[in-house]
Amino acid sequence: MNFNKNLRNIFLILFATLALSACSTAKKSQTTGDVYTGTDTVEYLASGVKDRVFFATNKSSLTSASRETLRKQATYLRKNKKLNVTIEGHADERGTREYNLALGERRANAARDYLMTYGISGKRISVISYGKERPVNSESTPLAWSQNRRSVTVKVK
Amino acid sequence: MKKIIIIFSIFFNLISNSNALIKVDITRGNLDPLPIAVSPLHVDNTSVNLENLDVKKLGVNISSIIEKNFKSTGLFNPLKKEAFVQKPDIAHLKPRFEDWRLIKAQALVTGKLSVKNNKLKVEFRLWDLTASKEMIALSFTTTPSNWRRVAHIISDKIYERLTGETGYFDTRIIYVAESGPKNQRVKKLAIMDQDGAKTKYLTLGNELVLTPRFNPSNQMVTYLSYFRNLPRVYLLDIETGKQEVVGNFPGMTFAPRFSPDGKKIIMSFAKDGNSDIFTMDLETRVVERITEHSSIDTSPSYSPDGKYICFNSDRSGLQQIYVMKSDGTNVKRITFGKGIYGTPVWSPRGDLIAFTKVRKGRFYIGVMRSDGTGERLLTENFYQEAPSWSPNGRVLVFYRETKSGPQGKGFSAKLWSIDITGYNERKIKTETDASDPSWSSLLSK
Repeated sequence: MNFNKNLRNIFLILFATLALSACSTAKKSQTTGDVYTGTDTVEYLASGVKDRVFFATNKSSLTSASRETLRKQATYLRKNKKLNVTIEGHADERGTREYNLALGERRANAARDYLMTYGISGKRISVISYGKERPVNSESTPLAWSQNRRSVTVKVK
Repeated sequence: MKKIIIIFSIFFNLISNSNALIKVDITRGNLDPLPIAVSPLHVDNTSVNLENLDVKKLGVNISSIIEKNFKSTGLFNPLKKEAFVQKPDIAHLKPRFEDWRLIKAQALVTGKLSVKNNKLKVEFRLWDLTASKEMIALSFTTTPSNWRRVAHIISDKIYERLTGETGYFDTRIIYVAESGPKNQRVKKLAIMDQDGAKTKYLTLGNELVLTPRFNPSNQMVTYLSYFRNLPRVYLLDIETGKQEVVGNFPGMTFAPRFSPDGKKIIMSFAKDGNSDIFTMDLETRVVERITEHSSIDTSPSYSPDGKYICFNSDRSGLQQIYVMKSDGTNVKRITFGKGIYGTPVWSPRGDLIAFTKVRKGRFYIGVMRSDGTGERLLTENFYQEAPSWSPNGRVLVFYRETKSGPQGKGFSAKLWSIDITGYNERKIKTETDASDPSWSSLLSK
């Protein structure tokens, strides 16, 4: 009996721990506001230098995390003086096509402007907007949309 | 576009409107569609089959196109041919009205055709079965390969006679044909007849193309192409296939449309993150700035008289619709409802503006008067946008995308149409997925 009771307690504790950890995974949000903060879709220009920043719905303002990413990109570009980049601006699929083209352009330029304030010549940075035409995550969910609202810095070969 | 000579002759007096009893009220939607019998056209015995054309079947084929056109309006109910009571040639001479009334038809279309010396001659009559009278009698002569257009022109004439409005069947739709996975969509310009027949692809799909729009004579198309990864507005001559960039802008140009006289292209130009509206005169190449604002100004569309422009802007913080004079002065916001508004397009009649509205994550196609009053939402869905008007201002075509699962599973894009009454919503059949439709004006005026 006693043994059984202990066993049951152990099981209960184990179960509770599992439930808690499941809970914490689910609660660990990948967005703040509706700006994506995860790294699932992120690629790297170099070690520790993320290639993209994310935006809120209909917005093109840079979050503090985005500014940090862009400062690292600026440092990287200063070290690699011969490297030119293209910044691709994108929107999610929840807007009209033409407006999204303009929005993608505005987002790409927000990133470009920030790189320029860190001394990177505008001549080294071209921009292109894809609007909603090139999603990185094709699912129709708020998480996918947050991953698609992005500007991506791409090395020009 | 092929030059087509259609000889038109009226060989009987048109009976005046006052004598006609049947009339279709097009403002009420499809509550009570008019029962109409379309008799197969009688094919003259001396007609012979041509290479690539089964002339013997043309009578049946033309009548079924007419039936399909009528059915698509929601205003007519074409009756089943099995119930028809008279042979086509005899009915065409003079129908036995009481027999046709017996199968509950209120209007009857009859006709005959012949193909001789490589000429197709078609004549048809529309009969008012209630008043036992002929309403129209017309004949056409054209090249045999134009037989589909003849069917559409006959449909237009009958529609016009019965509704009092000009028709929209002898028209085409240009659109973007889509294929491939959602994150790597291949897009081509495609053109087809209004009923989905005769699809032709105008680009190969090597570069992304978006938002094609006809000029008023339907011979040119302006659209956005990502050729060489430089998104710019292009001009395409449909007949010759010749393409050229519109203007020499140091950045993305997009959202193009023709002015109503066809002489200018109005579009957005994005520079340093800001999109404003510009026009370029196609003859003089003079570029004019129309808006100057730090917000996004895009999706411009002229009023049919060319005096005004509607567009959407986020200068208030969110996308809303504005109207201004065509020189850019007198900008007035016209939408104040909850939600965001985009893609305004002025009706060819001038009275209404069609738009896309987004509210609480749902997309609506709607119409409002050009001062923003009288908003009516016609259809709601997960995603739909980009309405384009039928030339008579009665029907809108737009595209709708489905919600997709992981890796874009279940994604599709299709063309749909809806009457401005809010009735008669229909999917338009296309060979591939489709988006960004633009309706031509009537090909034969």
